[in-house]
Amino acid sequence: MITLSHYLALGAILFCLSVVGIFLNRKNVIILLMCIELMLLSVNINFVAFSHFLGDGAGQIFVFFILTVAAAEAAIGLAILVVLFRNRSTINVADLDALKG
Amino acid sequence: MDNLQIAIPEIFLLSATCAVLIIGLFVKPKSNTVYWLSQATLVVTLIMSFAQIGDETVTGMSGAYTIDSLSATLKTWILVVAIGIFLYSRDYVGERKIQRHEYFVLCLFAVAGMMIMVSATHMLTIYLGLELLALSQYALVALHRDNSRAAEAAMKYFVLGALASGMLLYGMSMIYGATGSLDLHVIADILAGTSSETLSAERTIGARFGLTFLIVGIAFKLGAVPFHMWVPDVYEGAPTSVTMFISTAPKIAAFAMLIRLLVGGLETLSADWQQMLAIMAALSMVVGNLIAIAQTNIKRMLAYSTISHVGFLLMGIVGVTNDGYSAAMFYAITYAFTTLAAFGVLLAISREGHEADTLEDLAGLGKRNAFLATIMSVSMISLAGVPPLVGFYAKLSVLQAAVGAGFAWLAIVGVIMSVVGAFYYLRVIKFMFFDEPTDAVDIEIAGDVTAGLAVNGLAVVALGIAPGFIMAACIAAFA
Repeated sequence: MITLSHYLALGAILFCLSVVGIFLNRKNVIILLMCIELMLLSVNINFVAFSHFLGDGAGQIFVFFILTVAAAEAAIGLAILVVLFRNRSTINVADLDALKG
Repeated sequence: MDNLQIAIPEIFLLSATCAVLIIGLFVKPKSNTVYWLSQATLVVTLIMSFAQIGDETVTGMSGAYTIDSLSATLKTWILVVAIGIFLYSRDYVGERKIQRHEYFVLCLFAVAGMMIMVSATHMLTIYLGLELLALSQYALVALHRDNSRAAEAAMKYFVLGALASGMLLYGMSMIYGATGSLDLHVIADILAGTSSETLSAERTIGARFGLTFLIVGIAFKLGAVPFHMWVPDVYEGAPTSVTMFISTAPKIAAFAMLIRLLVGGLETLSADWQQMLAIMAALSMVVGNLIAIAQTNIKRMLAYSTISHVGFLLMGIVGVTNDGYSAAMFYAITYAFTTLAAFGVLLAISREGHEADTLEDLAGLGKRNAFLATIMSVSMISLAGVPPLVGFYAKLSVLQAAVGAGFAWLAIVGVIMSVVGAFYYLRVIKFMFFDEPTDAVDIEIAGDVTAGLAVNGLAVVALGIAPGFIMAACIAAFA
């Protein structure tokens, strides 16, 4: 029998993976965007699981909104990535070092 | 759909913004039509929001949206600051290869997002308002397409901003799981034990777990230490007009989000969040003020200054008293328009092909243009917290609130750090009045910008001498 804890553990593992991915990744900005998507999806698992086990629909409505916003966010993120690549000819995270001090 | 009329200002603003977006396609890129239409939109929305001040509290749309004196006052100030932002950035945007039509439309969408955040009393509306603001801001930072620093700043802002939203959402999902509701009024009742449902110990722990993530998310958005890494890079890399936008009005909206979530929804757990906020407040004041001293880029210096002011703002909230909340609200509002004046001067000095963003660019400004130098000095002295300017009164009221609530150690850190902070604010004045100009080009400012800067500077002085009417509105918001 799959209980609420199983879903929460899955959500937590995915969430941690995405955070670790954002902080450890030094190679490619696209992987950062993938980590951000994974993070939002792990939250969706949490919401759907709670919604199901609480018998309350609001959590699932929230998931629809998160999915929509995630799509908009991905669009803006990729647009910024294109601007960045045109200016720098690289999308290596380690090369994003012009601003510091 | 009950009580649709409570969101009339936002509905008007969003419809008008969509209209401006379409009209902008048919006007010449060089004309100021879009600018004037945007200003007209803001003024009408301002009148609508101002009319809501003093109305009784109404919650509508199934608990998702509330108007009360807090929301009406903050919306009015957000719009006043936004009008100032549009006025100061008009010529700056026009002279550069920034798409001015998109610039004003994105700013209008961001303002709509802020207004939604301020009125939201449901986690879904808070999230949507926040994302409308954040997504517009990411695009604004990247709007100067040929500028590689702006692109880098936008990428950093995007990644860290999305991380913060993810944290906030994870916290929201945990609180939803613990309390079974997304409505902050219902959550407050359940946590306080005044509703029919009582929480098991296990669920209360779930709510506390979620609270921690919420605080991380809010701290990211406010730019409080240790979640401040993005602030200096974004301030420095973004076009100055966008830096001005990011550093002023959204701070008021972030304050409102903090109040709605922590005070409106989770005040019962205040014993858990006040310690976290106190530590972040102390760290922000120390780190912000100390690192600001080492900066030679004025935008970066103002970024660290923002971080330290966020520390002061949080200091008002840690006490969990109504006096403290009103002091923090006063701080947020006055900080926004004082910084607005400083950035207004920086934008007036910049011209095509020349960005005024280092301290040397301000050298001898007193000789080149005494008016701009005076406005900048007033703003710097107010940010440093010298009486009789408004920054002094704002600092005094948060310090009083912190001492009154038993956080004397935090108040002592605050006082010491504002003395340290005075150094780098006064250094700007030294550059302007005691150094020789390095740049001899005459500064041209449009008449309405001069008038706007004069009113802005006068407001910083006048409200310091007579802070009564804003303070009264801030106290009324938490009465």
